[in-house]
Amino acid sequence: MENILNWIIWLPIIGMVAIAFIPREKDNLIKITAAVATGLQLLLTLVLWQNYDAGNGGMQFTVRGEWIPSFNISYILGVDGLSLPMAILTALLCFIGIFVSWNINKAVKGYFALFLLLDTGIMGVFLSMDFFLFYIFWEVMLLPMYFLIGMWGGPQREYAAIKFFLYTLFGSVLMLVGILGLYFTCGNTFDIQVLKQVAPEALQGVTWWGMSAIKVIWVLLFIGFAIKVPVFPFHTWLPLAHVEAPTAISVLLAGILLKLGVYGILRINYGLMPDGVYWFSGALAFLGLINVVWGGLCALAQTDLKKLVAYSSVNHMGYSLIGMAAVIAAGEANGYNLKAAQAGLGGAVFQMFNHGTISAMLFILVGVIYDRAHHREIEGFGGLAAQMPIYTGICAMVFFAGLGLPGFSGFISEAMCFIGAFPIYKGIVIASTIGILLNAAYFLWAFQRIFFGKLNEKYTDLPEINNRELFTVVPLLIITLFFGIYPAPYLDIISSTMDVIINHVVTMATISGK
Amino acid sequence: MTNLQSLSFYYPELILTVVILAAIIYDLTLDKSQSGKVGWLLVVGLIGVALAIVFQENKVTTLFSDAIVLDPFASFFKLIVILATIFVSIVSLQSGELKAYRKGEYFTLLGIITFGLFLMVSTVDLILVYLSIEIVSIMSFVLAGYLKQNTRSNEAGLKYVVYGAFSSGIMLFGLSYIYGLTGSTNYFEIQHALAGLDSEANTAIVMAMILMIAGFGYKISAVPFHFWTPDVYEGAPTTITAYLSVAPKAGAFALMIRFFNQVLADGGGMGGLDSSSIATLPWPEIFSLLAIITMTLGNLVAIQQNSIKRMLAYSSVAHAGYMLLAMPVMSGDSMFAIMIYLVMYLFMNLGAFFVVITVQNKTGGETFDDYKGLGWEMPMIGIVMTIFMVSLTGLPPTAGFIGKFYIFASLIKGGNEFYWLVMIGGINSVISLFYYLRVVKVMYFEGESHEKIVQPPTVMAALLLATAIPTVLLGVYWTPIADWVQRSLIFFIQTL
Repeated sequence: MENILNWIIWLPIIGMVAIAFIPREKDNLIKITAAVATGLQLLLTLVLWQNYDAGNGGMQFTVRGEWIPSFNISYILGVDGLSLPMAILTALLCFIGIFVSWNINKAVKGYFALFLLLDTGIMGVFLSMDFFLFYIFWEVMLLPMYFLIGMWGGPQREYAAIKFFLYTLFGSVLMLVGILGLYFTCGNTFDIQVLKQVAPEALQGVTWWGMSAIKVIWVLLFIGFAIKVPVFPFHTWLPLAHVEAPTAISVLLAGILLKLGVYGILRINYGLMPDGVYWFSGALAFLGLINVVWGGLCALAQTDLKKLVAYSSVNHMGYSLIGMAAVIAAGEANGYNLKAAQAGLGGAVFQMFNHGTISAMLFILVGVIYDRAHHREIEGFGGLAAQMPIYTGICAMVFFAGLGLPGFSGFISEAMCFIGAFPIYKGIVIASTIGILLNAAYFLWAFQRIFFGKLNEKYTDLPEINNRELFTVVPLLIITLFFGIYPAPYLDIISSTMDVIINHVVTMATISGK
Repeated sequence: MTNLQSLSFYYPELILTVVILAAIIYDLTLDKSQSGKVGWLLVVGLIGVALAIVFQENKVTTLFSDAIVLDPFASFFKLIVILATIFVSIVSLQSGELKAYRKGEYFTLLGIITFGLFLMVSTVDLILVYLSIEIVSIMSFVLAGYLKQNTRSNEAGLKYVVYGAFSSGIMLFGLSYIYGLTGSTNYFEIQHALAGLDSEANTAIVMAMILMIAGFGYKISAVPFHFWTPDVYEGAPTTITAYLSVAPKAGAFALMIRFFNQVLADGGGMGGLDSSSIATLPWPEIFSLLAIITMTLGNLVAIQQNSIKRMLAYSSVAHAGYMLLAMPVMSGDSMFAIMIYLVMYLFMNLGAFFVVITVQNKTGGETFDDYKGLGWEMPMIGIVMTIFMVSLTGLPPTAGFIGKFYIFASLIKGGNEFYWLVMIGGINSVISLFYYLRVVKVMYFEGESHEKIVQPPTVMAALLLATAIPTVLLGVYWTPIADWVQRSLIFFIQTL
């Protein structure tokens, strides 16, 4: 049990090494190996969940080892209510992703080896509690992602891959500067738990370029994370990368990689710079509003179904940002409104998970139709309901989940974000209801154009969704429905950690009038 | 220490001299096809020299009437130079370009360059500064033009001579200023004399420094003294290009660190001098400017290259810029960072050139077109080249990241005024990603799966692994290197 986090992180690497020794003609063996590695990883995360003490909001299952003592770099892993659901989501989507990519036939060995490397990178970011290790895993993701988009992607794949890489690297360079700044001002340590205690005090009065170091470092780290989320105006890499990537990679991009940004803001920015939270929360909510409205408008304008889904991610991540900003409600200036803070932060974290499952389904379903029709133009279909009834039914459910219909988990998290933010950001919450409207509009309109009307002559022999594809969608759909009706199990896991975060931000912040 | 006594501490260089002489004589006994054996003689000899250096690693003293010093700092750079020379000697035996030529002199000249670099990293006297730079330069001129039948190589040699003569002339002029101001050629006496000068002499000192930087900058190919770099790197035999991009650069950095640290700072504490007028000299600003122009121009021009060899030439200009970034701080940490960067750079840059040599042997070309689909045809080349390119960009978990990490860390630790240097350095890394990844893109994205897989020859494969494995390994665990560098950060200091 002590080493379970190690196993969860390094299992895919073991799978990757195994794949390296399999002769490259044996496609099926390679796929099975990848499926076994990710399957075991999923099992382990479930075991982790079973053994996780939900009443304790702190770090659990900590692993600690020396790495580079001369620079005080350690190997520290840990899991709490913020990272546990993300770890489960990662393992789940990677496992499903293997089956989504079952029909890959170009350089199979390379694809699955890189896929597993990517898995380790993502898992590592969620579980590492040493800032240096966090950064290493953060960067390890980039190269496999570059290859996966650039080699197995669509027609514009090379441009999409390099744009993704350059954007993210730019963000990470800024992040590195911030990390080093924190290291040297906070007593030469990368241990996130230690930094959390030391940083709020140590950064007081320190100036960078004549400005408060808290603000500068906050912004440096925020840009690094915001590019991943993506927050407007750093979102332009996203539609391109999502559209050009192969289906399974779009699933991972939308399902998990975007969450890394939000996770990073909550773990690092909120943990290390509580003063910055107060300073920035208004801007955060406002950026959330822009994301919601701008993402919705862009989605409405798309003719490519995959691009529509990609912009829906921009739209959905906006809710998370608005919810996160509500943390300051628990402060004195807002009348110690702990309930609002809990609702907002809980909603933001729940939204991360829900968007992970829902957008994954959306991309899988787009992949299904693309594999059959070899295009994704919304106008190019029509009347598919008659041809593919099961597919249509599933699509209907998933689209409804996407637009936040009650009964699906997305509704609950979005509502929580709004409930939390309403007491402080009334104007922003009211304005962002436009986004909800747009959200419903683009999904319903697209649904109508694809499935209703007259059946296109070309598609009279389009085959129905097959069992493998059903196997990739249905579990996610069940999860979405389950949490939509009964979210308590999820909220139980996260709630004590959310309280820890809220408490930390409110008590450690030193600015007056908090 | 007197000259005779000094000899007993000078045996690594003496062994090297014997090896060089033996190489000349041995070459006379061999016919042309056998002349490669001289290379193995050199490799074995250099291993002996390395052992001798390791044996005297902890000695700190000055030799030959204060002309050169023996300290761990010098030993560190000597070992780096030897490692690079051994790598390049072995790869030279595999090079297709050199096949048609007699190689005896080639290896002898490599040995003499090594000797010159040994002087360069351990001198504390202006006369020897000049002499060592000239020894290294003149041997490099010959080696750059070694492909007699190849006009590009001839051009490289000639250009190198012209630029070399020009910049060493400028440097000599700077040295004469220093001598005129202080009346001495010895670093310790110069420092003592400079500290006693009034601040009205500062203009003259700054002039002298700038003139000297022209000489140093020429060796490390810092902008604007880099004009020879692309043409020489492109025309010279690729083995020599690889060598020039690493060994003389390391030597020149050692020279520069020792000079500025000893003459303009206090030499041991590695902080600036607080109490004298030279503390107010603007040399952090001069170095900042030099570093920024060097890396930015190197990166921007590298983007436009179509030849990989030429691209790597500009990339080596950019890397000189990253190392120069740490010079303005001139703290123990920044010297540590430069030294660790050089170790990492040695593996990744030599490795990248080894790939170029392998591909050249196979296809005879060095442009991006020659690399099309290479990742599919020669999977090993594809993988190691990807590792080197990623490492040169500075992405974890590779050695290149660790080098950059220490440089940036020393700047952040250095204080508020250096933060913007880190930002510029970081943005430059992002720019460099574009052209390094272009190689990867060409190798993998343009081309299809190949039925027939080509493996590089065994010796080449071994060399590639010997550079690729450290490039990855040192990115994950570098404590041994960090400890070694830490141990080597001891200078000989003489207070007058």
